[in-house]
Amino acid sequence: MPIDKFVKLQSTCVPLPIENVDTDQIIPARFLKATTREGFGDNLFADWRYDKSGKPREDFVLNDPKYSGKVLVAGQNFGSGSSREHAAWALAGYGFKAVVSSFFADIFKNNSLNNGLLPVQVSKEFLETLFNAIEKDPATKVEIDLENQKITILPDGPSESFDINPYKKKCLLNGFDDIDYLLNISDHIEAWEKEHA
Amino acid sequence: MHSGAVYNAEENNLVTFKNDNTLAGKTLFEKIWDKHVVTKVDGGPGVLYIDRHFVHEVTSPQAFAGLRNRGIKVRRPEKTVATADHNIPTLGQDQPIRDELSRFQVNKLAENCREFGVSLFGLNHPWNGIVHVIGPELGITRPGMTIVCGDSHTSTHGAFGSIAFGIGTSEVEMVLATQTLLQNKPKTMRINIEGDLGKGVMSKDIVLYIISQIGTGGATGYFVEFAGSAIRSLSMEARMTICNMSIEMGARGGMIAPDETTFEYVKGREFAPKGTEWDKAVEEWRQLPSDPDAEFDKELTFDAADIEPMITYGTNPGMGIGISKRIPKMEEIEKSTQATFKKSMQYMDFQPGDSMIGKKVDYVFLGSCTNGRIEDLRAFASFVKGKKKAENVTVWIVPGSHQVEAQAEKEGIRQILEEAGFEMRQPGCSACLAMNDDKIPEGNYAVSTSNRNFEGRQGPGARTMLASPITAAAAAITGKITDPRDFL
Ligand code: SF4
Repeated sequence: MPIDKFVKLQSTCVPLPIENVDTDQIIPARFLKATTREGFGDNLFADWRYDKSGKPREDFVLNDPKYSGKVLVAGQNFGSGSSREHAAWALAGYGFKAVVSSFFADIFKNNSLNNGLLPVQVSKEFLETLFNAIEKDPATKVEIDLENQKITILPDGPSESFDINPYKKKCLLNGFDDIDYLLNISDHIEAWEKEHA
Repeated sequence: MHSGAVYNAEENNLVTFKNDNTLAGKTLFEKIWDKHVVTKVDGGPGVLYIDRHFVHEVTSPQAFAGLRNRGIKVRRPEKTVATADHNIPTLGQDQPIRDELSRFQVNKLAENCREFGVSLFGLNHPWNGIVHVIGPELGITRPGMTIVCGDSHTSTHGAFGSIAFGIGTSEVEMVLATQTLLQNKPKTMRINIEGDLGKGVMSKDIVLYIISQIGTGGATGYFVEFAGSAIRSLSMEARMTICNMSIEMGARGGMIAPDETTFEYVKGREFAPKGTEWDKAVEEWRQLPSDPDAEFDKELTFDAADIEPMITYGTNPGMGIGISKRIPKMEEIEKSTQATFKKSMQYMDFQPGDSMIGKKVDYVFLGSCTNGRIEDLRAFASFVKGKKKAENVTVWIVPGSHQVEAQAEKEGIRQILEEAGFEMRQPGCSACLAMNDDKIPEGNYAVSTSNRNFEGRQGPGARTMLASPITAAAAAITGKITDPRDFL
């Protein structure tokens, strides 16, 4: 099952300057009863986004018409807590292609990469600059260039480079998926199993 | 400084050193890891062989669907075990599940297990229970193994000296399809707890204390080995509580070196090796502990005497304090964290600087893979024995498995609880994540022995305070936050 390719993206941003956004906030547990990957985007950040009657809360950023785009910019330690991949499905399902933060939880990072959602880890200073730029002008765009591992606040910077595992980078650039890779080396796995039986 | 959300352990009075000596001995983690690397991807992660894969109803349906789409089988069904736990009711389990979506999901698991030849300990099976409770109690979890599950608290199994960690659903599919996982090798950290524990201090307090000191991201990127005399003195179940919550400090997983306590616990369990196989296994397990000259990327040491019964006041597990202490004041919080702290205080409706003692409690939850084992029920029961439940609190006591439930029955725990005005429900994850009907109502305060106090974790608008089983018991009989030591 190939994932979506990710090469270069230019987009406006949705700012969420809160720290430690855990996966229970990204997608609350009561929405985890589905048995397919589709439809989680509607319940992304459900408890912040809707009130009890299901009406959108005006003060939440996803409901603010000023902000839109394919890049979510969030405070540090994004995606902590539960390992639910539903969090990555909800973000991708809503239409995000990348999340920018100064720090990501491990499992969330893996889950995102496995779904073609790019976690871009930047310095605290860059994150603050980006938040300020968006606050000043909600139409601020960033460019995320995976090939060169660079994020730039358009039109003229600043920019910063970000890390990504070279293998994962190749997967994203080409839309490869881990399981295809592992299935291709099944002889290797079989040999290892024999040796360790 | 209390912040409940800083990452920087360096700021504490702790030793840190880098591992750059390749001749040094090996850590427990490295010994197991190295033995399980099948091959390495060029410039990428290692291909890690997985000895045990636990599966549950919530994070597996999309993985099984993936196999079906690809037209492939489960590579080693005998290494995979499934249970239904997250999404099941804790009353009337003999009846069909009322909630339609939950019923569908649980049935789907049974269907998938049948189709792919995976053993399932489903609802009403005598071995059914929370995945991280049943693995150990059945002897499926053993030292030296690599263990994964689509659930972050898989770290629990590390208490046996195994590499155990949570994975996402794509990775569940990966393991089902290939029995391997692409993984980057994490860094290693050792956290030592030295000295004797004070009166009324349980292992839950140790782990809440560590998280309060290093923050919820304090161990991100690391695999943590817990060591030191205070850890060695703990029972297996108490050790599991600590490893269980290593994910709440951001760690990939936690582990404790196997010793006589470990072997004693595993011996004779349903799936444990028997006879000469057992002797051979123990011989191997004895080689696992970290070599004396092994080096860790980071090492922290805490004094057990500094730990008192803990309670959380905020909306992440790092926001915890000793029960006699006060919630930090705004000026004691790091500047960058103040907005998050303020949001937490609003959610909890607490004031910075407040004392926790005496705060009102509406609900008490004893259960979960953190504190739903027999020792937890024993501790709670012996605390409330001869006392009465406070009238203003609703108390949910949920055993972690059917075996725990049966044992509690046998030991007379159910009777003690009932005499004190409590009822014991049926096993499952229950109010730990509130996927079923066990939801704490909006705005209500719950003292919970589970592991997460996130906004809405125990139900929309629920306010959670994490604590040990006996601190929960003290709240259950007084109806407010109470220092359990007052009764000891
Ligand atoms: S008890 Fe809670 S933490 Fe443990 S497996 Fe169940 S939902 Fe996860």
